[in-house]
Amino acid sequence: MLAVENLEVVYEGVILVLKGVSLKVGEGQIVALLGANGAGKTTVLRAITGLLDVHRGEITQGTVTLDGAPIHHLDASATVAAGIGQVMEGRRVFAEFTVEENLRVGGHTVDRGRVAAGLERVYGLFPVLAERRGQVAGYLSGGEQQMLAIGRALMASPRYLLLDEPSLGLAPRMLGQIRELLVEINAQGTSVLLVEQNANMALSIAEHGYVLETGKVVMDGPAEALRGDKDVREFYLGLREEGAVDFRQVKHYRRRKRWLS
Amino acid sequence: MEELIASVVRGLGIGSTYALIAVGFVIVYRATDVVNFAHPALMILGAYYTSWFTFTVGLPFVLAVPAAMVSVAVLAALCERIAMRPMVGEPPFAAAMVTVGVFFVLFVLAFRLIGTTVITMGDPWGLERVTVLGVRLFQVDLAKTVIALVAIGAVAAFLKRSRIGLAMRATALDQEVAMAQGVKVGRVFGLSWAIAGATAGLAGMLIGTAAGGVEPVTALVALKALPVIILGGLDSVEGTVPAGIAIGIAESLTRTYQPAYAPWLGANVDVVVPYLIMILVLMVRPYGIFGTRQVQRI
Ligand SMILES: Nc1ncnc2c1ncn2[C@@H]1O[C@H](COP(=O)(O)OP(=O)(O)OP(=O)(O)O)[C@@H](O)[C@H]1O
Ligand SMILES: [Mg+2]
Repeated sequence: MLAVENLEVVYEGVILVLKGVSLKVGEGQIVALLGANGAGKTTVLRAITGLLDVHRGEITQGTVTLDGAPIHHLDASATVAAGIGQVMEGRRVFAEFTVEENLRVGGHTVDRGRVAAGLERVYGLFPVLAERRGQVAGYLSGGEQQMLAIGRALMASPRYLLLDEPSLGLAPRMLGQIRELLVEINAQGTSVLLVEQNANMALSIAEHGYVLETGKVVMDGPAEALRGDKDVREFYLGLREEGAVDFRQVKHYRRRKRWLS
Repeated sequence: MEELIASVVRGLGIGSTYALIAVGFVIVYRATDVVNFAHPALMILGAYYTSWFTFTVGLPFVLAVPAAMVSVAVLAALCERIAMRPMVGEPPFAAAMVTVGVFFVLFVLAFRLIGTTVITMGDPWGLERVTVLGVRLFQVDLAKTVIALVAIGAVAAFLKRSRIGLAMRATALDQEVAMAQGVKVGRVFGLSWAIAGATAGLAGMLIGTAAGGVEPVTALVALKALPVIILGGLDSVEGTVPAGIAIGIAESLTRTYQPAYAPWLGANVDVVVPYLIMILVLMVRPYGIFGTRQVQRI
């Protein structure tokens, strides 16, 4: 069980972004974490994976535990070794590397034999990557890059896989493919924490869901219940006006997000 | 004809050495976005340690050289750990200023160790010549070329093929993503400095085998790597080779022919030729000629 408890995160020593977030991902589960721009979803993932440092962020309260053992003081490489893999927001493949080199970096922490096994597994899951193993990753389509980012995270065979908005910018068909792949990866024994703005997609495969709003969990429950919830539906249908939060304008790429697609 | 060939071969020797020096700058730059101004001091210490291991310790030359390379590598890694690691996350310009500080510390150290004397390396080739296909060539030029190019090839192969080399390249491209894959980027920084130190040490030995030997101010020779980097691209290990050789040969040919054909330019023009080339390249192609990618910031 991966558990976040009462987590408080501050950036730059003053900007309080998470105000006591708690959530759980049980062994074998798919759990969705939903929320609008700037709610703090990515920050939750950074806190779990030891990447707050890089962003001048800091956990000021609360814990992250993996099967009861605290992991919030570990650095990024130690969380990878502990069995947590992540697919970062915006795919972030190494554009100059070939597909296979990208995957090999994903296998940095494991020995040779497991790298070979990992490559085989990833190429099995994503035949398109096998075809393009020698190609430079920057030339792949957006969907293929997302597959590569997922495959790269799988190379270390994580027990828990965290994905930050994998649906972002994908066409509906590609979205369907990614969705099925996540189900399959989960069926192969990896627990999944799926951060999404595409609530429909996330709740259609998750067991449980959390809704995060300005650093707090404002709602949580079984995915089924959330999907039926009137507030959630209204919220997801985009009745909120765009541009309510300023900070997100800082993002260095333009994008459009929708609650339902 | 013989004069031309001998001049070109001398250019190959010094050019390959410049390329080897440039590789050290490139490796540190790629890992940390910092131009390492301490590099010339590391080079001079490499010459010192080679001399020390040969004459004071009494090691045979073939063992003294790797011993000196390891010594400088360790020293460089220490500098990184103590002076540079706290600068992670600070602007590259600030970090580059810290390397200037490290340069002076190491330079003072070199002065202490070497003093005002001129040291020699105890190299087996000395000032001997060999006859290759009827042309009499200095062994030192051939030794420099072969040793420098083999070393650069080894570094390039390490970066290209090994697991750690891949992690180093990944860190150069995107530090955060590399961390998320479990790469310990602190180690990558330390290793980058260590490799830069080892290559600087080897280059210092090669510079030291020239007729003049080495004194502390010989460190200035390392600045010839800057034109090489400008020409080859600050982020390209492979680019240093053609760039270094081009500059070495230009310098050597100038030294051979300028006194006869353009005496009115005065003495020692060959010394400024690399910098003239650098200025020309900067005007025409600021990102280098052999570089693969654009350099984002300097
Ligand atoms: N390095 C940082 N320094 C200061 N504030 C930050 C930093 N990173 C994020 N923030 C702020 O923290 C809040 C939460 O950001 P976070 O990226 O976690 O949100 P998110 O839910 O992932 O949003 P999005 O859907 O846009 O990716 C935002 O207000 C953001 O501006
Ligand atoms: Mg985010």
